[in-house]
Amino acid sequence: MINPFIGAILFVIFAPVLGGLVAGIDRKVTAHMQGRVGPPILQPFYDIFKLFEKESAVVRPEINFYIFCYLVFLVITGAIFFAGEDILLVIFALTLAHVFIVIAAYASSSPYAHVGAERELLMMMAVEPMLILAAAGMYVATGSFFVGEIIDFQLGGGGLLVTWIPLLFIGVVYILTIKLRKSPFDISTSHHAHQELVKGLTTEFSGPTLGMYEIAHLYELVFLLGFVWLFFAGSPLLGIVVVAVVYFLEILIDNTNTRAKWQFALRSAWLAALVLGVINLVALVLGIIQPGTLGVL
Amino acid sequence: MELLLFLILFPALMGFIFLVFPNNKARDAMVALAALVLIAATVILFIQNYSAGTVMYEIEPGAISMAMMALEVMLALAVLYLAVKYRQWIVGALAIIGTGVVLFAETLFTGPEHMNNLFVDEFTLIMAMIIGVIGSIICIFATGYMRDYHHHHEEIKDKRQGFFFLLFIFLSAMFGVVFSNNMFWLYFFWEITTLCSFLLIGYAWDEEARKNAFWALLLNLLGGLGFGGTFLYLAFTEPSGGLVMLDSLIAAGPAIAMIPAALIGFAGLAKAAQMPFSSWLLGAMIAPTPVSALLHSSTMVKAGVYVIVRFAPVYDASFVGFLIALVGGFTFLLASGIAISQSNAKRVLAWSTIANLGLIVTCAGIGNAAAVWAAILLIVFHAIAKSLLFLCTGTVEHRIGSRDIEDMGGLISILPRITIMMIIGIAGMFLAPFGMLISKWAALRAFLETPYGIFAVILIAFGSAATLFFWTKWMGRLLEVAWKPKPRREGEVSKPEFYSLLGLAAGVVIICLGFPLLSSAVVEPFLIGIYGIGASLGEQNIAIMLMMMVVVFILPVSLIFFRRDRRVIPHYVGGRAATMDMQFAGSMGVQRKVELSNYYFEGIFGEAKLGKAGNILCTLFIVCIGVVLAMGVIA
Amino acid sequence: MANITKSPWIIHYDGSSCNGCDIEVLACLTPLYDIERFGIINTGNPKHADIFLITGGINHQNVEIVKNTYEQMVDPKVVVAVGICATSGGVFRECYNIMGGVDTVIPVDVYVPGCAVRPEAIIDGVVQALGILEKKRAKLAAEQGGAKK
Repeated sequence: MINPFIGAILFVIFAPVLGGLVAGIDRKVTAHMQGRVGPPILQPFYDIFKLFEKESAVVRPEINFYIFCYLVFLVITGAIFFAGEDILLVIFALTLAHVFIVIAAYASSSPYAHVGAERELLMMMAVEPMLILAAAGMYVATGSFFVGEIIDFQLGGGGLLVTWIPLLFIGVVYILTIKLRKSPFDISTSHHAHQELVKGLTTEFSGPTLGMYEIAHLYELVFLLGFVWLFFAGSPLLGIVVVAVVYFLEILIDNTNTRAKWQFALRSAWLAALVLGVINLVALVLGIIQPGTLGVL
Repeated sequence: MELLLFLILFPALMGFIFLVFPNNKARDAMVALAALVLIAATVILFIQNYSAGTVMYEIEPGAISMAMMALEVMLALAVLYLAVKYRQWIVGALAIIGTGVVLFAETLFTGPEHMNNLFVDEFTLIMAMIIGVIGSIICIFATGYMRDYHHHHEEIKDKRQGFFFLLFIFLSAMFGVVFSNNMFWLYFFWEITTLCSFLLIGYAWDEEARKNAFWALLLNLLGGLGFGGTFLYLAFTEPSGGLVMLDSLIAAGPAIAMIPAALIGFAGLAKAAQMPFSSWLLGAMIAPTPVSALLHSSTMVKAGVYVIVRFAPVYDASFVGFLIALVGGFTFLLASGIAISQSNAKRVLAWSTIANLGLIVTCAGIGNAAAVWAAILLIVFHAIAKSLLFLCTGTVEHRIGSRDIEDMGGLISILPRITIMMIIGIAGMFLAPFGMLISKWAALRAFLETPYGIFAVILIAFGSAATLFFWTKWMGRLLEVAWKPKPRREGEVSKPEFYSLLGLAAGVVIICLGFPLLSSAVVEPFLIGIYGIGASLGEQNIAIMLMMMVVVFILPVSLIFFRRDRRVIPHYVGGRAATMDMQFAGSMGVQRKVELSNYYFEGIFGEAKLGKAGNILCTLFIVCIGVVLAMGVIA
Repeated sequence: MANITKSPWIIHYDGSSCNGCDIEVLACLTPLYDIERFGIINTGNPKHADIFLITGGINHQNVEIVKNTYEQMVDPKVVVAVGICATSGGVFRECYNIMGGVDTVIPVDVYVPGCAVRPEAIIDGVVQALGILEKKRAKLAAEQGGAKK
């Protein structure tokens, strides 16, 4: 296992670069799916740099503060994760970061941002159980909550994590759509101009304020992909392939689905957590699932 | 030992003085003084004893026990009188049966009298700190609050003499509950807290207050039967009375102590307002706010979880313990869900109290060392953050004339300092890196170490998602500010109110920063004493937690940068001209106000629906406990 | 630094157009013209937008909205009047309810005439607007730099 500090520092420095590239590829692939040429791969960087070239104008000055906190805590979330620390702590830090963005939207007192904030909060509530159950599954399978030890367990012949908790993996992929704010769950804000809420959550953020939000989003993207990778960490290259496949799947879902109502988002995410999570965890605790049971690897 | 007796007797004595002291101003000063003495005494007790482990104190029980018995009979007769007067037949019956059973059981014991009637150990000390410090702060707050209360409610008769009498008797009884090793004594103090809460809930003594007060009394007397059952059981199995002592009963192990543990657990569940008993705590909202704060944070419900956590070693890895954990777990999940559908701040707080007590009960039911670690810290964090929130809500209510969260929009501009304290309290209830979350985290880890724990984990996972929702939307509402703020009204808050809030807010921060110290100095030795192993979160995690905490406190510095003048534009209202104070040009030339309000999801998280489900489920689990034990006895 | 020319976000507002030009604006998003090639996004939110694209003339109903939307936009920003109605009022110029082209209310940077405008013309207009946008950005940066000193 590499030095935890190196992992954290690498994340802090390179996550925006990697995230920007992934987001750029996302837009390119999306465009191709729609028969368009699409923007350059580096487009997300242009967007962010542009936002910092703009004038700083706000609805309320505090909003900048809240968004700055959002950015800081997303960086901390990822840094804890890539330093190989406790996965539950990572989830809690992620929640804290999102509370700040929701507060930022509330504080702007705008009708659109307000509804966006409510919906974002709702989406947080929808994904939280799945994340905690996934962490619980990791603990039962590997005997540790520490990301570093979970990786070591897989490398040390414990078998890929996904062979222990396959259903939880599916559940995580399901909520990934919500976390990435992709269609059909882009109900709090979206990159596309089909919002009845204008831009929902981000309506009142402009210029550098929005720039901070976008940077935070890149950090989050890389962290989430890292979370998916963790399920295949025993075979790092395979893990990267799986992450690519999963992300491609997310783009496909984004492009082939209309937006759902919040009721569906909440109910389906909780149902997924309940059914997939409970079956997998109980099977794991009872020893029904062993790596190899599924004939994988 | 003198200090223990002082803590039990001094508040009671002061209570009687307040009862006969008509001058409000002088009495308020005396209340504050007595509260400060209590705080000092508990701190001294803590410092003297925190490293001493378990210390037993020998007291000749004869005369004291007789006096208690006599008082119990008198109180039962008083309840009977009230019950007959207001035609509360069940309450009357329960009072007679409860006291009768205990008295009957007491005559069955034949052995010599036991001397170790009072004791102190680390857990007791923590409870004493909660009662002494937080309870006293609430009393100080009450002096300022009650003045306002009678100013706002002129129709209610001013009975402040009796009010402060009851508050102090309550504190005295709570000290008695946690210091007693003799379970007959414990039961005596337990019933006094029940009666005090009954009278305090009924303070206004109008029809609704009376109804709720009697309902609380009924459920708590019902729970109290658990003690009667325990005494009967012990009288038949061990007539020498050796097991009436708390320490020897717990040390006797599950084989002997399981049935008493379950019966006292039943009493605890009722007192801790777990489903299906939760309704009394909601009814208790009718009382003045300091009473709610007292019932919810440092006394009453904490007595309930105190006995359950005491018996945690007996529940450890047993099926009965698992069922108790399920009662707690479902209460946590459903009460958290119901809190989403509430807009009345006090009801949100009430449901959240029930939920958090559920979590504590779950920990105690699971009963291993790590879970008890989580439970004790939960008790501490919850007591301090919840009392702060209740008192803030009460203060705000007197300023803005409403306790509805929807009316608290933009409160940060009207009462900035109170609101910041409120936010500290809310953050303490659910956010990393603050208090409650630390325990929730520890609880999750603890549950996974036990065979059935996975079910508790599932309940917690969903429940904590719900808590996230209702706390954040409340916080958001407080911070939702129009540009042209309403005038500040902070100056109207009275001094005792403000300083007690400040003390509690500082307490939340200090306890969040200092919990590793509390854990290693007090909680871990306690666990080692019982289980032989300690429990904690691991140094690395605590280090990261504290680092995050530091970041949280440093970040506001950036406001200096962000507050520098920059262009301010009104918010976007679909292109209509909008003004800074959230007005916009509506159609036909009418200026309209933007009205925002939160989601409540009545359809999904409705109180009636979830409450009913919870009551049925939890009753079922409690019946299951009975069945399991009965089968054990028959087999 | 000319990132603003690589990432111009647009808000499109339909004044009192006959919807002919609007359809052509939307046609720009289609695979055939694909303006996202230039990093252009139709944001629908003035607070995010750099370019204000207006079709149709100004009437008494929408004058306040055009003004407000313009004010909501953050500097540097440009306005592109799309279609003959937006540039001058077009055939509706003499109508009782029409005040005239967009420039009667807010400063217009690029006029794109046509009835309806062809997508190529719209794209050309936007690209011209980018040049103006970059000049405005440079001016703003200079002002801010000056203010700091």
